Amino acid sequence: MKAPVEYLLHLADNALILGQRNAEWTGHGPVLEEDIALANISLDLIGQARLLYQHAASILGNGATEDTLAYFRDSHEFRNHTLVELPHHGPLAGTAIADRDYATTIARNFLYSAFMLLLWEALQSSKDEQLAAIAAKSLKETRYHLRHARDWVIRLGDGTAESQRRMQAAFEHLLPYTQEFWTASPHEEQAVRDGTGVDTASIREAWEAEVDETLREATLVRPDAKGYVPRGKVGLHSEHLSYVLAEMQSLARQHPGATW
Amino acid sequence: MTTATEQAWQLLEQVPDPEIPVVSIRELGILREVNESAGGELEVVITPTYNGCPAMDQIEHDVRALLQSHNLRARVVTRLAPAWTTDWITPEARTKLREFGIAPPGQSAASVVQFARRRAPAMGESVPCPHCGSHNTTETSHFGSTACKALYKCLDCLEPFDHFKPY
Repeated sequence: MKAPVEYLLHLADNALILGQRNAEWTGHGPVLEEDIALANISLDLIGQARLLYQHAASILGNGATEDTLAYFRDSHEFRNHTLVELPHHGPLAGTAIADRDYATTIARNFLYSAFMLLLWEALQSSKDEQLAAIAAKSLKETRYHLRHARDWVIRLGDGTAESQRRMQAAFEHLLPYTQEFWTASPHEEQAVRDGTGVDTASIREAWEAEVDETLREATLVRPDAKGYVPRGKVGLHSEHLSYVLAEMQSLARQHPGATW
Repeated sequence: MTTATEQAWQLLEQVPDPEIPVVSIRELGILREVNESAGGELEVVITPTYNGCPAMDQIEHDVRALLQSHNLRARVVTRLAPAWTTDWITPEARTKLREFGIAPPGQSAASVVQFARRRAPAMGESVPCPHCGSHNTTETSHFGSTACKALYKCLDCLEPFDHFKPY
């Protein structure tokens, strides 16, 4: 049994785009250890994406490879959550690079890895054996990502007045985007029906508890997650994804087949 | 008479890990199986440590090149399941890691979710310093120079060191 290709692409695109985003900190981390940590987390995420793209490509055939899937699809063909494509700054920042905010990076990594820890755990019993194998490996990495992010949420939240203000602002900005976790797309519904995917409703309670507990320990106030529900996983993205893709895909598109 | 499979095992014993050359891929548990098909072609099964480990391509290349140089026809297969764990690292390799200055991994956590929910640094588990043996050590970062290692510091001899994370 194979999972629907769109479902595999959804999982792969999440990992690739967040891996690419976090890699933007390489050489610019707030301290050396965090620079190394973000590069390591990116490496794990891009490794997860590669396995998922390879699996999807083997189902697709017709010359599809991990590279054609990563580099030669356009924004509307990407199936990632909107959350992972956002820049590392709050909604009112002036320029993306000047206002890069580590609290935003950390809040996103926390919300995403808490979700993926539970999703990978459940996907270990997917009827798609290859997806189950990828889940078992990815789960081990995700627990380190969650631990890293949670430690920083607590350290910054329960830190100085300034670090707490920024950590709180980051959650107010990002939490509404997590509504997308709980709205099923057609490919997710299909994967749940055929036993290759997971109904996210089954992991929601555990995710909410993790968020509540961590924010409480970090002395932060949990904001409401309401308003517009993003739909990145059906291909309706924010403008930010196009900029990520432009940077990530330009080399492969200008020099197809390039190796080094 | 030595079979091709036995010969391949003997040769592959010597393939070092590209990032931690003091131990071999067999000792780390990356080399899983060597099978021989009816046609005489060998199949070497390796398993990745971390999904994004950049050493995997190098390992595949090293395995193929070494066997080819001994006139053994082989293809290298990467298998994901069961997922690699640091529990597969041999006792000899753990000693070598320690002598090399890398604290070897303890037992990997039975429940990964339980592990993730613990507050870092890993509670109730001290990582002894590979230089002086003191248990008075502290984690400076979960992430180190390679995907498989964390950064530690000894509070007695004050030396920093790498810890091979239980995985």
